[in-house]
Amino acid sequence: MDGVDFRQVSFGHARERPILDGFSLTVEGGETVALVGASGAGKTTVLKLVNRLLLPDAGDVQVQGRSTRAWDPIRLRRAVGYVIQDVGLFPHLTVADNVAVVPRLEGWDAARVRARVGELLALIGLDAGGYEARWPDELSGGQRQRVGVARALAADPPVLLMDEPFGALDPITRRQLQGEFRRIQSRLRKTVLMVTHDMAEAIALADRIGVLDAGRLIWCGPAHDILRAEDPHVRQLVEAVTVVAPDGTGGARP
Amino acid sequence: MTDLVQFWLAHRQELATLAGQHVLLVAASIAIAAAIGVPLGVLAAHRPRLAAPLVAIANVVQTVPSLAMFGFLLPVPFLGGIGARAALVVLVLYALLPIVRSTIVGITGVDRSVREAGVAMGMTPRELLRQVELPLALPAIVAGIRVAAVVGVGSATIAAAIGAGGLGQYIYRGLSMVDTTVILAGAIPAALLALLVDGGLWWLERRLSPRGRRRSPRAALATAAAIVALLLAGGAAMTARSADTIVVASKNFTEQLILGELVAQAIERDTGLTVRRQLNLGGTLICDRALRTGDVDVYVEYTGTALTAIFHQPPSTDREAVTQTVRQLYADSGRTLLPPLGFDNTFAILVRGADARALGLKTIADAARVAPRWRAGFGYEFQERPDGYHGLAKTYGLAFREPPQAMDLSITYRALATGQVDLIAGDATAGLIGRLDLVQLEDNRHYFPPYDAVPVARAETLLRFPQVRTTLQRLAGRISAVDMRAMNDAVDGHRESPESVAQRFLDRRR
Repeated sequence: MDGVDFRQVSFGHARERPILDGFSLTVEGGETVALVGASGAGKTTVLKLVNRLLLPDAGDVQVQGRSTRAWDPIRLRRAVGYVIQDVGLFPHLTVADNVAVVPRLEGWDAARVRARVGELLALIGLDAGGYEARWPDELSGGQRQRVGVARALAADPPVLLMDEPFGALDPITRRQLQGEFRRIQSRLRKTVLMVTHDMAEAIALADRIGVLDAGRLIWCGPAHDILRAEDPHVRQLVEAVTVVAPDGTGGARP
Repeated sequence: MTDLVQFWLAHRQELATLAGQHVLLVAASIAIAAAIGVPLGVLAAHRPRLAAPLVAIANVVQTVPSLAMFGFLLPVPFLGGIGARAALVVLVLYALLPIVRSTIVGITGVDRSVREAGVAMGMTPRELLRQVELPLALPAIVAGIRVAAVVGVGSATIAAAIGAGGLGQYIYRGLSMVDTTVILAGAIPAALLALLVDGGLWWLERRLSPRGRRRSPRAALATAAAIVALLLAGGAAMTARSADTIVVASKNFTEQLILGELVAQAIERDTGLTVRRQLNLGGTLICDRALRTGDVDVYVEYTGTALTAIFHQPPSTDREAVTQTVRQLYADSGRTLLPPLGFDNTFAILVRGADARALGLKTIADAARVAPRWRAGFGYEFQERPDGYHGLAKTYGLAFREPPQAMDLSITYRALATGQVDLIAGDATAGLIGRLDLVQLEDNRHYFPPYDAVPVARAETLLRFPQVRTTLQRLAGRISAVDMRAMNDAVDGHRESPESVAQRFLDRRR
């Protein structure tokens, strides 16, 4: 019910090489799916099709069993959390006000907004130290990214989109946040569709992995099966990750 | 410098009023321009195809010289005419460009990822504008308003030309009196005001930037808005015209300022009516238009000027016929010509006393002989008027070394005295004539029509206030050419104010 369903989706027909070409994928409710692929493989486009920042040229995208064409775009976007690649925190709002944006758009009363902001800051570990009154430019990259996650989760959307959520961080912070994400996800069980160019991150966080190449889904299966995949393109992506830590928390790239 | 301070001290009340008018003009025009310009800029930022033509139009408006703009607006109903309203329109037009442009820059400069985050979070276009785009564009918008306001302080000095008041009055008065002190008396406060406005808005701009608004984000905006509202309310109260007010106007040279004061004070003394002064209007046509529209009730005109410049009749040298024709033409358009004040301010063709003596020049015909070696300088009006330069040149066969130089009338005397030109057309009653050792050449072929000084009033006003007619009639024949020249010299030469000169004259004649 809370799933996302891509059915033979094509996008960017007008171009010489379409961005997406007959793309099909089903993300079940409560499942985390990671899309991996080289830059320009169409990963971000896939996400933008979910919250109707884009509409498919052909095929259909369904969210909660309903075509995005049929959704009111505003309602759809408020039901889908989006953690954006370069965070996109509002520089003129404090941390608390950033997190409170969607609840306020939804018309929550002040007490409920305050309670929810406190809850989320606790969830992302920024509840102590007066972070709620800080400004985005006073935070470290990792803290900004956490606020971005909190903001996406604020109105408790059933679906969460994550675009390279930990891409801009140093390896240590990245690993730490990945751990936190798994902890949060095991509690919240959101339907998560994330894109990353980092295979290790995908293996560490996702239930299933899809590999996107030139606008097509060339492989899809349980995360750990990807190590045994035979498709040469997939092997190439996997072999780029030389070390995968045995505990599965991901590894460093060469 | 001590002169300047003395001038300010002596005129402190007037200075305060003029500065108040100045601030008001700028504040009101900027408030209106922001109310129009910010929405326009927002619209253009979201419709790029609209932005280019919009900025182009605003650019063109910006390049029209302000005096020309006042000229264009004179005949426009409601918006044009003279006074604060027309000045406001011009200032608003000038302020639009920087405000529109900075709004476009501010909105389009919002970080793409921030805007995208807003859209992806399900903001409607309105919510995005109000919660993300406008707050982030605000410092840029305030920067544009700051530019517009500083430019506006400068442009507003020109508003004095159409009787909107402000510090420009001192500048114009100083120019007509050829008195640097008076010019500075207006120019320095205007410059200080510009600096003050610049600093104040710079502070606001910093307070509104993401770094500056750490505390009380809205307080700064609210403070600024409150100040503007207060200024506007005060100004509106100040400029409201009560029903029992007589508006006296004058053109923008010394004699006219004195005559304006004289008429105004005479009405105040005799009738007890409230008189509002619209002195220093920028020329005959502005005064005439204002009298026609009812912005002005009375001013002093010259019969020859009315005949040719206002009513476009061929020049005539028959004094009686001129007065009769002009009286009839005024009557046809609802105005009443009152009896002449007693002196004839004909154009005076002037040369340096030294030249006149050395070359034995007595008449204009004498000057025509040496003219091919000479340069001439004339006021803008004299170049154009039917009874001006062209007819004069034809009558006397005048031809100069090069085409006459056009300059402000008030500057021609100085230009002649310092040898930049050799012949000018001044006023026969100019106080400067004696002081600068200039000689008036006789109009031996009677080219110039008579220029008897006569009050002209709206017939409607005289019907409503018969006592005004009585007062103006009592002035008939009371001011001789000698009186006028002396009064002009008192102002131009001895820095007395037109008010006190007029007052002394009325006291003496009592």
